[in-house]
Amino acid sequence: MLHIDIKKKFPSFSFTFCQDIACQGVTAILGVSGSGKSTLINLINGLLQPDSGKIILNDTVLVDSEKAIFVPPEKRHIGTVFQDALLFPHYKVIKNLNYGLNNKMDQCIKSKLSHKPSSRFTEIVDVLNIGHLLNRYPAMLSGGEKQRVAIGRALLANPSLLLMDEPLSALDMPRKKELLSYIDKLTHDLAMPIIYVTHNINEVRRIADEVAIIDHGQLYDYGATEQILQSAYLQEWL
Amino acid sequence: MILTAFEWQTLLLSLKIAGAAILFSLPIGILTAWILARCHFWGKSIFDSIVHLPLVLPPVVLGYLLLLTMGRRGLFGAWLYQHLGISFSFNWRGAALASAVVAFPLMVRSIRLSIESIDTRLENVARTLGANKWRVFLTITLPLAFPGILMGVVLGFARCLGEFGATITFVSNIQGETRTLPLAMYTLLQTPDGEHAAMRLCIISIILSLIALFSSEMLNRLHKKKLAG
Repeated sequence: MLHIDIKKKFPSFSFTFCQDIACQGVTAILGVSGSGKSTLINLINGLLQPDSGKIILNDTVLVDSEKAIFVPPEKRHIGTVFQDALLFPHYKVIKNLNYGLNNKMDQCIKSKLSHKPSSRFTEIVDVLNIGHLLNRYPAMLSGGEKQRVAIGRALLANPSLLLMDEPLSALDMPRKKELLSYIDKLTHDLAMPIIYVTHNINEVRRIADEVAIIDHGQLYDYGATEQILQSAYLQEWL
Repeated sequence: MILTAFEWQTLLLSLKIAGAAILFSLPIGILTAWILARCHFWGKSIFDSIVHLPLVLPPVVLGYLLLLTMGRRGLFGAWLYQHLGISFSFNWRGAALASAVVAFPLMVRSIRLSIESIDTRLENVARTLGANKWRVFLTITLPLAFPGILMGVVLGFARCLGEFGATITFVSNIQGETRTLPLAMYTLLQTPDGEHAAMRLCIISIILSLIALFSSEMLNRLHKKKLAG
């Protein structure tokens, strides 16, 4: 369970969000551009600090302004896939994938001692079909391949929650379809809870179990996908 | 062109002084550039101005300030000599210090621009992958700033090779100890019939600078080629 009750003020925008999100399957965060979707993602992963409030993930307090608790991003165990893949251009795909793993000393030492990739590495590489890309630099990859590697890199850091901030918006339609099927696999094969930010209703319909609608920096509605898709607010979109 | 013993000595001394100056000032330069590029704090403009001061101050003024602070009876120099036995007066270490101070802002400027051009989102991604700030700096910022660091090193090195005013003021012009290429040229130009020898040193200086610039360009190209896959 992810408990969020936060406030954040910007010079021209203020953001408030209060909701418990079930950490199961895919929860879509839906809203128009500028509604505050990415702000929410960056508050959850710790790249932004809220002015006040609490964030609790599976009984672990990540933020509690009253007790002056703010867990930095590197200690939250929350993976993030951004709109642009943001692969490290100076590392080959294999080193990009292992970047998060290398930050965890015990796992890194175990893997280096055994001289073979961990079963999780093999599993994720197989699920995302990126085995043939391992020795390439990011500059040699297509948009869809880059985004698959970015997903694999986030997963290999062993997060307890995966945030995806409009991961398909920079891709063309065939690549979008291809990547959606991989995201489906993540939830089914790897049982990874995902919070998926988008402004595309078709993507929500395709993969989301629950939906939160954000409008003008506030939570407008939250519920099961079928129920939210029938709401009057979304009927206007359609 | 076969070099004479005097030319060899001057050339090697210049390389030693410039090399030591860059080697010791580079880590501080990278740290300063990172602070200026990535940190926000009160008084940053003042700090920035102090870092760039050697760029606009007359080198003779710098040499004089070094004499006051780092000379054997200077503010810090006296302490260093009494407690650690380190002296910068009238020796090649002093010449390296003078060169480092003069070249420092050039080096910092180049590295800072390079760090500023790095997409901060890459550093953010690294943090979400579990890397602390120190590891982000070592594994993301530093390698991606490599072209700027390289350019900073080359510019700084070239500036050290050409350093004259601060050196002659701080550590004088001592043959075999502080007489670098420009100081040797100056000495030859003050000597009757020294023009021919000065011209040879001038050619050596030009070749040295060209080699430095050419090597930097080649390394930069290799780096870009690697990133392009």
